[in-house]
Amino acid sequence: MINKVVSGPEAALADVTSGSVLMLGGFGLCGIPENSIEQLLRMAVKDLTCISNNAGVDDFGIGLLLQTRQVRKMISSYVGENAEFERQLLSGELEVDLIPQGTLAERLRAGGAGIPAFFTPAGVGTEIAEGKETREFDGKVYLMERWLKADFAIVKAWKGDTAGNLIYKGTAMNFNPMMAAAGKITIAEVEELVPAGTLDPAHIHTPGIYVQRIFQGKDYQKRIEQRTVSAKR
Amino acid sequence: MLDKHAIAKRIAQELQDGFYVNLGIGIPTLVANYVPEGLNIVLQSENGLLGIGPFPTEDEVDADLINAGKQTVTMQDGSSLFSSAESFGMIRGGHVNLTVLGAMEVSENGDIANWKVPGKMVKGMGGAMDLVASADNIIVAMQHKSKDGKSKLLKSCSLPITGLGCVKKIVSDMAVLDVLPEGGFRLLERAPGVSVEDIIAATEGKLIVDGEIPEMIVN
Repeated sequence: MINKVVSGPEAALADVTSGSVLMLGGFGLCGIPENSIEQLLRMAVKDLTCISNNAGVDDFGIGLLLQTRQVRKMISSYVGENAEFERQLLSGELEVDLIPQGTLAERLRAGGAGIPAFFTPAGVGTEIAEGKETREFDGKVYLMERWLKADFAIVKAWKGDTAGNLIYKGTAMNFNPMMAAAGKITIAEVEELVPAGTLDPAHIHTPGIYVQRIFQGKDYQKRIEQRTVSAKR
Repeated sequence: MLDKHAIAKRIAQELQDGFYVNLGIGIPTLVANYVPEGLNIVLQSENGLLGIGPFPTEDEVDADLINAGKQTVTMQDGSSLFSSAESFGMIRGGHVNLTVLGAMEVSENGDIANWKVPGKMVKGMGGAMDLVASADNIIVAMQHKSKDGKSKLLKSCSLPITGLGCVKKIVSDMAVLDVLPEGGFRLLERAPGVSVEDIIAATEGKLIVDGEIPEMIVN
């Protein structure tokens, strides 16, 4: 079996340069590639375009890359938890493309699946429809949206094997599988890296064909944005 | 006038056995606390979970299990997990029976604005545009008036809209109203202590008052 393992984030991200277009998995802080984001900080690459549903919080996730002004453009659906993001956006320092969440997910899926464009009802009649082609199907108007691709897709999984197969845990799957397929080079960091043949092939979420590099991550913080508990159930 | 919990309780009366339901952030999330006894409801979370359970105990907290509001949750028996593409596929595909959303403004033809205040708030639309464009059955939970007393039920929305002609029903702190396909808010119920005249004064859009309007029962 083809071996995709690299030694760590340094080797995995070595050819990311200033100006690269990146996809970064996660929903909020759930399922984000923590080790790779730290590596991008160390590399100090600039003018990045980051495609990610959210932009982290001020002091974690992609928020860290915003603090260091390494991001030129964000393509996201919701950025409400990040005061520095909102400041840079309102002051015009940061270029931002806000996309409906389902459209973002489908544009990523399309990018990985070879579908250059598709029609969706989301956003018809709103400001995001400006300049976009619309078409009527069976009496309802739809908006044409294009696929998304990236130089690098950086994803986080729970378990992965040396062949690049990935399994996600809980709601940490979110945008990771579509991004894995849509990156020219896909880098996966995992909590537990196991030999090929260990994972049940029927339980694989992301087949290894989409993953070029995989490494064993470490020191995951897994921060929780809204720790909501009940006394008992 | 209803507080936010009473609005959630009134919306919970609209649930039907076997419904798959997507609850937005804010008041809509509270609806989960008031599901009538004996109804089987499955809550969809657009970040990739069907079957949201109660909040976890301290011991059960799992950073890898959150709802769309980024709160820690648990899973009901019979839950399933999936990607964001799958999740919005089930939303756009019309498989979710009811969507409950908050709104800043609704117009008399059912347009909704809830994602942006130009120059002030730019948080993004999240999944709201996908939800309103796809769902057949949308209930909006909202305040009838702004803090400075202006109507939020308008002839046309002043804020950037989230979707066109999609709202079917509104539960506000003052009233329950249908949005008619031909345009206009039809008053169905009034909140305890609120008169029809109060609602007429608080509604800028076309309001249709037909016969006796009962007081809503919220308990």
